[in-house]
Amino acid sequence: MTKPLNEFSIAEAARGLRAKEFSVRDLWDACALAAKERNPELNAYLELFAADEGAIAAAQERIDREGDAAPLLCGIPIAMKDNILIEGKVASAASRMLENYRATYDATVTRKLKEEGALFLGRTNMDEFAMGSSTEHSAFGKTLNPHDTERVPGGSSGGSSAAVAAHMAIAALGTDTGGSIRQPAAHTGLVGMKPTYGAVSRSGLIALGSSLDQAGPLAKTVGDAKALFDALKGQDPLDSTTVAEDTYPAKETQEKMRIGVPRHLLEEGLDADLRARFEETLASLEAKGHSIVDVALPTSAYALPVYYVIMPAEASANLARFDGMRYGHAARGESLLADYLKSRTEGFGPETVRRILLGTFVLSSGYIDAYYRKADRARGLLRAEYDAAFASCDVIAFPTTPSPAFRFGEKSDPVSMYLEDIFTVTANLTGMPAISVPMGTVERDGALLPTGIHFTAPLGADGLLFRIGAEVTGETLY
Amino acid sequence: MSAAKATPEDVKRLAALARVDVPESELARFAAEFDAVLAYVGKLDELSLPEGEAPPAPAVRNVLRADGEPRAPGTFTQALAEQFPARDGDSLSVKQIISHD
Repeated sequence: MTKPLNEFSIAEAARGLRAKEFSVRDLWDACALAAKERNPELNAYLELFAADEGAIAAAQERIDREGDAAPLLCGIPIAMKDNILIEGKVASAASRMLENYRATYDATVTRKLKEEGALFLGRTNMDEFAMGSSTEHSAFGKTLNPHDTERVPGGSSGGSSAAVAAHMAIAALGTDTGGSIRQPAAHTGLVGMKPTYGAVSRSGLIALGSSLDQAGPLAKTVGDAKALFDALKGQDPLDSTTVAEDTYPAKETQEKMRIGVPRHLLEEGLDADLRARFEETLASLEAKGHSIVDVALPTSAYALPVYYVIMPAEASANLARFDGMRYGHAARGESLLADYLKSRTEGFGPETVRRILLGTFVLSSGYIDAYYRKADRARGLLRAEYDAAFASCDVIAFPTTPSPAFRFGEKSDPVSMYLEDIFTVTANLTGMPAISVPMGTVERDGALLPTGIHFTAPLGADGLLFRIGAEVTGETLY
Repeated sequence: MSAAKATPEDVKRLAALARVDVPESELARFAAEFDAVLAYVGKLDELSLPEGEAPPAPAVRNVLRADGEPRAPGTFTQALAEQFPARDGDSLSVKQIISHD
């Protein structure tokens, strides 16, 4: 293989390390150098970490000693979204509020990656507190899409997607509350996966919407996404919403899968060439023996309004903890109340304030029934419709986004930005696992921009997503 | 507020509830954006939900674990205290909450 080490997938890098074609140090240096060279332009990382010599040596020693028995992620340099705690490192959620906050413990996902021997290259840019779809809401500058630097890399995990797409990391972790892993993956030509709610522990993630949040992989291949998911998943005493292997009934499937397509949701709003990529991808799956079936998900048309009630409600409650008292930005005024007001006003950016106000509104007396409670009941209906649809299919497919990556500033009004997530939010509302896999490119102003096909699987059936994803990319899963 | 337009006063009241200040100069803009978001979210009005049935309880819920196996006192004190904006020894220092005058 002649390509540079930083362009390797996890699987390729793991193979090379075991074959002693290169060392853990060589792999780290290749990624760290690429990051150092390209980050000033792309702003994918908010901070690049110094090499952890102890961790690099330990990973090398383990691969030398255990060979193929060493974990696949051992010695693999990974980028971490800035809302995932790594003990002793700043975790700012791209907010002035936490600009100087140093994590006092490891997130469970961090601990699991450390146990596998993975290495952390740095922390990646994001929309403040994961509120956004473009990284334009970061307090520390936007991130550029490596495929076209005049366009957004998606969001909120846009730093992670840009880092992997520009080969400044072998893979990355992101978090997904309404599409924040899958949408940036689609916009940068990566595989992005949101696990079943509870499949991966939320302990040590900076919370946005606690009934929606999941951490997951952004990777170059479906196999890599699976390797990361396998390392991250599992019940955790520190997160009581994590699920056991048998919480959800096992989904029986044949080798050839039935793919449900809700055509009624795709009649308008989709770019014509993106729709063409979607139809071509479905046709190629059919040619491999899988079948396409129509499914009806009528309440999905309301998923985004439901989401923009539930998420701000949970966000406003979660962000109440930032009060300038115990940690984070602390401004002082004449009274205790003034301390709160000044700390929060100085610490939060405009989109964060917008969502806090919206959440405060939908939970306030006189409006909670019309908004929050109704949205919560609609959420139940949404899930029942998906459950019913899965009686006739194994996975449900649609495009991840209606359009490819947009230009900076193009979606300056909040609602047009929110519409970016119209297809992805449903999986967070139902808790079901979902994946975005590259489905070819479309041309805009002379640039070829990636697009993604999105699959949703029943609760607990995360494994189906990798199977169907590998069919799209033509990979053989290891 | 749901049918009528959001006013700068509405935004001000919500901001006070949420413990943030929205500058006077930005109240009108926030009110206009708020209207646009609420108009979009208001699509929920069209949705008729089946009467009566409570949605099934989720399979997983956020509950506190049972007490037991406490950690040794002080295990995390230093790490946490280092994040305090103001401290008095290992204690967090804040303004007086109850005044006696």
